[in-house]
Amino acid sequence: MLKISKLTKRYGSGDPVLKELDLTVEGDQLTSVIGSSGAGKSTLLRCINRLVEPTSGSVDLNGTEFTTLNRRELRTARRRIGMVFQSFNLIDRLTVMENVQSGRLGYISTWAALTRRYPREDIRHAYELMERVGIAHYADRRADELSGGERQRVGVVRALMQRPEILLADEPTASLDPKTSEQIMSLLRDLASELKLPVIINIHNVTEAKEYSDRIVGMRYGRIIFDDLPGKLEKAEMDEIYAGVPAMDRAEVGAVA
Amino acid sequence: MMSTQSLQQTLDHWSRFTMRQRLMRYGGLTLTLLVVAWALSSIDVIWEWVWDAPVQMGDLFGRMMPPDPSNLPSILEAIWQTVNIATLATMFAVVVSLPVAYISAQNTTPNRVTLWIGRFILVSSRSVNTIIWALLFVAIFGPGIVAGIVAIMFRSIGFLGKLLGEAIEEIDQKPVEALEACGASRFKIVLYAIVPQIMPAFFAIAILRWDINLRESTVLGLVGAGGIGMILQGAIDTFNWPEVSMVLLTILALVVFGEVVSSYLRKKIL
Amino acid sequence: MSTGKDTWRKPPFISHPGLRYGLYIAVSIYVVLTIATLPIDWDRVSDGMRRAQRIFSGAFPPNFDRSGLLIDGFLESLKIAILATVGGITLSVPLAFMAASNISIKPIYLIGRSIIIVARSFHPVIVAIIFVKAVGFGPFAGALTLVVYSIGFVAKLLAERIEEIDFGQVEAMRSVGAGFLSTLVYAVVPQIMPRLVGLGIYQLDSNLRASAVVGIVGAGGIGATLANAFGRYDYDFALAITMVIVGAILVSEAVSGLVRKRIA
Repeated sequence: MLKISKLTKRYGSGDPVLKELDLTVEGDQLTSVIGSSGAGKSTLLRCINRLVEPTSGSVDLNGTEFTTLNRRELRTARRRIGMVFQSFNLIDRLTVMENVQSGRLGYISTWAALTRRYPREDIRHAYELMERVGIAHYADRRADELSGGERQRVGVVRALMQRPEILLADEPTASLDPKTSEQIMSLLRDLASELKLPVIINIHNVTEAKEYSDRIVGMRYGRIIFDDLPGKLEKAEMDEIYAGVPAMDRAEVGAVA
Repeated sequence: MMSTQSLQQTLDHWSRFTMRQRLMRYGGLTLTLLVVAWALSSIDVIWEWVWDAPVQMGDLFGRMMPPDPSNLPSILEAIWQTVNIATLATMFAVVVSLPVAYISAQNTTPNRVTLWIGRFILVSSRSVNTIIWALLFVAIFGPGIVAGIVAIMFRSIGFLGKLLGEAIEEIDQKPVEALEACGASRFKIVLYAIVPQIMPAFFAIAILRWDINLRESTVLGLVGAGGIGMILQGAIDTFNWPEVSMVLLTILALVVFGEVVSSYLRKKIL
Repeated sequence: MSTGKDTWRKPPFISHPGLRYGLYIAVSIYVVLTIATLPIDWDRVSDGMRRAQRIFSGAFPPNFDRSGLLIDGFLESLKIAILATVGGITLSVPLAFMAASNISIKPIYLIGRSIIIVARSFHPVIVAIIFVKAVGFGPFAGALTLVVYSIGFVAKLLAERIEEIDFGQVEAMRSVGAGFLSTLVYAVVPQIMPRLVGLGIYQLDSNLRASAVVGIVGAGGIGATLANAFGRYDYDFALAITMVIVGAILVSEAVSGLVRKRIA
């Protein structure tokens, strides 16, 4: 169970990006976080594994308080959180297998990492996962030879290799074409239930969010203003989430609709 | 004359700032002419020698012809030594320059102190010429190939470290972020997210420096630090001009060979 | 669902095993042999360490007493560098046209390329020695050396730039019946002018560096001052000179970088 309470993030001395935010995610739920650009979705996700340092508040994952860990403890704790990125963040010049195994870097010895002699157990697990998402035959290919959808599958497998307790996905489909994007969303949904894994997805595409998630969280200006089942997200709520003052917000709604 | 006309031409292209550019260009031209006039009028040369120079040059080249190959075996041996100096020095310098590049790149250096240490190493290595390094190391190691290798190495560290550091600064940070999120240690992040990204630059820079070092190694012998320069110096000192021209031809062949090899390697690896 | 496959090896860089191991073995043999046969005489080295210590202790603190000599030497280097840059560029322009394959005819192209290759191949110090022997000690030999050095660099890059020009303008000039020379002046020169100015500034910077070196073999400038100080065991003065050289190089690098950025 991930329990976020009173989470605040302020960059420099400006207005806080996250304002005393509370959120609890558990079970094998797939939770989508929607909201216009600048609403703080990406900051929220990165505050969970402290890629962005929260200013105050608490992040608790299955009994571990993340905000007070020192660097070494944080490294160990981060293994328990998988993350998938908008631009995949793969290492282009390495093979798919190396990219996938890089999810295990927190576990294996430096020597094994250097010589690419990964533990048998990890290799078997990698093949299983790669087969599950349909990229096993690419193991020896370089990551930059793959298409966008395939690359994101590598990203997902890398995160799952950590055997995470929760999966964070930051706009995982924003760089993909609509068809591939749906495939990745349904893959994430299926994996959530197969692996009993809670998944939090930042997403721009509200239609996709409604179709694939168990729960939708709407953010605006650093606060959660909607938190319910996808079916409850009606036009009024949408307007409230997206009808920001800045022109950018309106453009966002147009793009989604 | 030609340059004035071409300036005019360029002006037509850039009519947006005509007046200012015109002033700047004419100003630049005048300044250049003044500086050249100053240099010409005050430089300490004996002008009779200058007018005599073509004759002297012709005379020297006449004495160099034809090249004398009788000493070719020892010339070739010295060339081999020169190649070894360049290759070993490049290899050592590459190894040493890696940590230097790491601490002198803004995105990987542990803290500001290490950044400045790194930059200091780069600047001092690059600012002191190979010959000056060689003078110093000949004093330490005595005349010979070892002083040459160390001199070339010291000079190369700055070059390699600077270019590698720039390559590190240009890497894509996203994979680094991803591996941080996996809980990988700093060293493993370097290994997986940084090293693969700078690999092509690394090879290109190392090959480039090897090519440069071949050329630099040819002069080490002039200060006693081994290689073909020793033979060249000997031949010049004894006024053995046919052998000098033979040595020069071999150096030419060596440099062309180096260029062919390095462009082949570049194509092969990248 | 599971293949049960639990081994994986990174595909090797060179797929042919014979070739791969052959290369490994050849490289290791070369490295081991060349390192093992290095004539390192440790007695000489420990002796040398003492000598190095003497040099360094003699060098500190740097001695700026003879700053007049220092300034004269430096100014001479500067003059050498300026004259060599101007001379080098003047010669580089026609050479670059000769060596540009799209403008030139084959025999002239080959002559131009060979001159450039020869100019590039010899280290300035070697060129300097030859010139010192031919025209005597002093800054004239230094300037000649750096003219050759400049040609090797400027003419090569300029020729490459000419080969990249937009040929449409040349055809336009030809179509109005312009002669060869006016085609060059009106259609080609404007296109390569910015590159030429940039190269000139860069070359002035590298000539200043190089002029410090060629002086060591007698071609004038601050290098000659340095070589004299070293030869007379005036290590404190030598250090002062070296510091001035390093400082001048840093300043000149910064200035040329700035100017080129403004022009580009």
